[in-house]
This record gives sequence, C-alpha cells and structure tokens, in this order.
Amino acid sequence: MGELKLMKGNEAVAEAAIRAGCDGYFGYPITPQSEVMEYLMAEKPFERTGMVVLQAESEVAAINMLYGGAGTGKMVMTSSSSPGISLMQEGISYMAGAELPALIVNIVRGGPGLGTIQPSQADYFQAVKGGGHGDYKLLVLAPASVQEMCDHVKLGFDKAYQYRTPVMILSDGAIGQMMEKVVLFDQIPRRTDEEVIAQCPWASNGRPQTRNHNIITSLDLDPAGQERVNLKLQAKYKLMEQHEVLYEEIQCEDAEYLFVAFGLSARICQKAIDLARAKGIKVGLFRPITLFPFPVTEVSNVGNRVKGILVVEMNAGQMIEDVKLSVGCKVKIEHFGRFGGIIPSPDEVVRALEQKIIGG
Amino acid sequence: MIMEDTFAKTEIHKPENIVYKKTDLMVDRPLSYCPGCGHGTAHRMLMEVIEEMNIQDKTIGVSPVGCSVLAYDFLNIDMLGAAHGRAPALATAIKRMWPNHFVFTYQGDGDLAAIGTAETIHACNRGENITIIFINNGIYGMTGGQMAPTTLPGMRSSTSPYGRDVATMGHPLKITELVAHLPGVYYVTRQAVHTPNHVRKTKKALRKAFELQKENKGLSFIEIVSNCNSGWKMTPVQSNKWMEDNMFPFYQLGDIKVDGKLVEKKEIAGKE
Repeated sequence: MGELKLMKGNEAVAEAAIRAGCDGYFGYPITPQSEVMEYLMAEKPFERTGMVVLQAESEVAAINMLYGGAGTGKMVMTSSSSPGISLMQEGISYMAGAELPALIVNIVRGGPGLGTIQPSQADYFQAVKGGGHGDYKLLVLAPASVQEMCDHVKLGFDKAYQYRTPVMILSDGAIGQMMEKVVLFDQIPRRTDEEVIAQCPWASNGRPQTRNHNIITSLDLDPAGQERVNLKLQAKYKLMEQHEVLYEEIQCEDAEYLFVAFGLSARICQKAIDLARAKGIKVGLFRPITLFPFPVTEVSNVGNRVKGILVVEMNAGQMIEDVKLSVGCKVKIEHFGRFGGIIPSPDEVVRALEQKIIGG
Repeated sequence: MIMEDTFAKTEIHKPENIVYKKTDLMVDRPLSYCPGCGHGTAHRMLMEVIEEMNIQDKTIGVSPVGCSVLAYDFLNIDMLGAAHGRAPALATAIKRMWPNHFVFTYQGDGDLAAIGTAETIHACNRGENITIIFINNGIYGMTGGQMAPTTLPGMRSSTSPYGRDVATMGHPLKITELVAHLPGVYYVTRQAVHTPNHVRKTKKALRKAFELQKENKGLSFIEIVSNCNSGWKMTPVQSNKWMEDNMFPFYQLGDIKVDGKLVEKKEIAGKE
C-alpha cells in the first residue's frame, strides 16, 4: 500500500503527476487551481525526478508547450480552470488532430465569462462534446474525491498514450480545494530518452539514419486525406466507447428512483440518498466516471428499472442530454441544478426529487 | 533521340562529375513556393548548415502557419507544425524536454510578429536556448497578400489597397530590434537571400546561431528580409529591386546583437 496523506485535490494532482513519471508541466496561474503549479514549484520535481515545471506567459502558450512536448513523445500535462481552458481550446483541437497524448486538468469554476471563482460543472459540454473546432473528442475523467484526483492522473496518462489522445480530468473548485485522505501510489520512474524513442516511433525527437523524418501536424490539405484522419479519429473514439467506460452504482439494487450525477454532485447525492432513505424513499445513485465515453448502456440498464430519474448537476442541464439519449423516453427524467458557484445542499436535492419526480 | 538522351545522362551522372548537389536534408520533391520566392533558398541554407554540422539526428524543427506551413514536407528532419504564432512555445517545451538537441522555429512575419508576438517575446525573454528564423516579406503571402505587421508605411496590400496608413493602421513593427534588447537573447542579425553574397552571409549567420545553441548561449534570432513577388504583384527581379530600394532602408541588414551585446549603430532604427 502506498503513502497515506491528507491533501488538497489540487495538491494530489500535482503529487500524482510527479509520481506518474510526468516529464513536464506547463501552466498559467488561475483560481481555483493555482495550487497545482505552486505545489510543483515548491516540491522541486526537477530534483526529485528530473521533471520540468514551467510557468508560461498565458494559457495559450502553455497548451502549445504541451503540444511541443507531447509531439516529441514526452509525458506532459497542464492544469487550468474554465476561462483558461477556453483559451486552450485551439491547442487542444490541434493536439486531437495531431493525435498527441497529454493530460489537461480542468478545475471548473462558474461562468460564463470571468464568472466566479467558486465551483461549477458548467463546462460539461465543452469538455465532453469536443470544445474546440473540428470533429474530435477527449477522453474525459470526472473524479469525485481527492483520491480519484490522484488516481485519475495516472489513469489519464495511461489512456493518453494508449490512444494517442489528449485526456481531460474534469473536476471543480470544491474538489480541487477540499482536503481528504489520499493513498499515493509509489513513484514510477520517468522514461529515459531511449525509452521514449522506442515507445513513440511516431514522435519528432530527432531523425536517425534508420527511418524517414517524422512530422507532427494536424494539417491535410487534401479533403480525402483529411477525411481519412477524421475516420481514424472516429474509429479511436468507438474503441474508447467499447473499452473505457467507467461508472459507479451506489444503492441501485433496490432503488425505485435514481440520481445520476458526476463529480462533486455525486458526493452530494450520496448524502441525499441517506436523507431520502431515512424518509423511506428508495433512491440510488449512478455516477459516470468517464464522461466521454459516456456509460450509455449501463445508465440505461439501471435507469429503465426505476420509476424516475433526477439528474443533479452544478449547471443548467448538460449531462441530462446524454442521460436522456441513453435511457430513452419511457422513464421520467428531470434535472436539478444550482449554478454560478452555488453548491446544492443534500436537503434541496431530496426536495427536488420529491417535487420533480415523486410528486410531479 | 531517346538513345542520345540516355547516353548523355549516364555520361553526366557519374560521381566524379558531381561538383555541387542539393543537400540530402532537402526532401526530393518540388517546393510549394512561388517561383522567385526566397523561402526555398532559406530552407536550403538551413539544411546545409545542419548537414555540415552533422546534427540532423539531433535537430527538431517547428514550422509555422503561413507560406512555410508545409516546410516540414521539404526539410528532411523531424518537424512539428505549430498553430499560428505558437512555434516559440512549442520550441520552448521541446528544448526543455530535449536539452541536448538542436531546436529551431521557422516563422513568417504574420506568424511571429502579429498573432505570435506574446510567444516570441516571452521565449526570447526566457532566453530559451533555441534558434528563431524569421522570414520577413512584409505581407501575408499564403492568404493572398494582406497587410502584415511589417508592411511598410504607404505599402499596398489587399487589406491596405490605398497603402498602409500609419495613422489608422499602425506602424510596421521592428520586432527584431525589440527582442534584441531582451537580456536572454544572445545573437540577433538581419540578412537576405536574394544574391549569392547575401546567401553566403545568411548561411554564416545560421551556422553561428547553431554553434551558439551548442554552447548553450541563449536565444539566437535571425531575420531574413525576403521578397514576395506574388503578394507584391511584381516579377521576381522587380521585387528584389523593390526590396533593396524600400525594405532594406527600413529593415537595415547586418548584426544587431553579437555575443549578448547590442551592436553600436548610428542609425539602428533605419530610415523612417
């Protein structure tokens, strides 16, 4: 068993990055995730493992540093929060197009615009449906605890390299800031240059005599060629849908009603389940852990056994669209959300269940 | 006729007859540049330097968006194509990840001095140990001849059809002089590639830049003032003459910073 520590979510992300053998972190300060880079700078990972940590001049520069590092095969990551992630969308689109592995951590805050620095889940659509221009998807992980903030860093890097794709951890300001126990996994050594070269034969890191030159680009001026790129990406997303779905079911066995929620909302729903069951309402929770690929079949299986579903999100209703597409129209599905940085209380979640689903 | 041709070719294509050949670091395919354009020459000088230093297996290049967006198709080394203006950010990370490799960006004026100004200034200011090659032809060539940050006052383009009016369109940006003042920048020079003499000087400057990179001296910035006969709506010969008469007085050729020290010049700002 690994080391047990009390950590903030943001700190757990940073420590996990070092331990995962990350080669480079590039970021720009923004609340509520600045602790990621602060922790890294204070920890001196360049002395611990040789990992590079660089404060960029903007989120635009940071994501393009990621593109540069990833294009050479190195294991790179960034973190930011909603407005910063919006600035990164161009670079993320290029990375998806050029099929570059990297990890992007989004500690979401309320919007639109400069919005608020308080937690939110308003960027579900942006994260899950592409975000930047062009037909692409990110593999999106939604941690609901500090432990998962840590574990998803390692998982995210693994999947990024397995599929040669950018992976996003979609968290929020509350999980980033809250402190919990976390079991840290043991240090994984950083790959040597020789290992990087051997593992990433596609990467541009210096052409030996033995191969043709490698080109990292998202450009194909020939429409037939670009369509092949799109088809290749779609085939990759199909594989993720088949193999990478992660979810959690809590007290669903005897449930007559169901909450569907991810991240922080799922934590609130767990408490709401206790309150509701104390009142005699048999409710369970379905928590998607991967938001893309979405657990379509799994949520449908559970959802079609119950009398009604309340989708709880800290937004105006985004994931509910995927829940409706998955479950179909035989079961009543309603949304309850608070936004602008307000975290719903378990009480109001139960009230919403009673009013919108049971009594409605 | 066919017999004669075959005979002639086999006679000529003998190793002992070869006195000059294109470097193997140029991919054997036609360039996408307009006839008369300086990009091809600049590409070739760059590749000759890398070949002569025998560092092709340790060199990583970053191409821009603009006319040279496809530079990676012609340069037979590992390359990354950057988003518009972001090449110095890529190069920063590449060099930090591979500190013993040689890293360069190859960028045009719109890419480097307009949309990518922040990335250019900050990579320079951090003193990244890379080489930036900046092709300045005062126009957006690829998109069809629009006004660039370096378009001269009064100069016509498709978005300044009556000439650049500095009162409403701003002044041309001498970004090369600007970055020369940053402490992280070690070597800054401005060259051209339209005559054999200038080509030789440019090649020398490129060699110096890569040698300095080997010695971890900091950032080298090489501007190459070039023509754009298509964008300027001139013949290649006319465009080179126009460049000498109009571009060179404003963008004066020569070293601007050597060994980390600004070169003393009476009129560094050029003719306004």
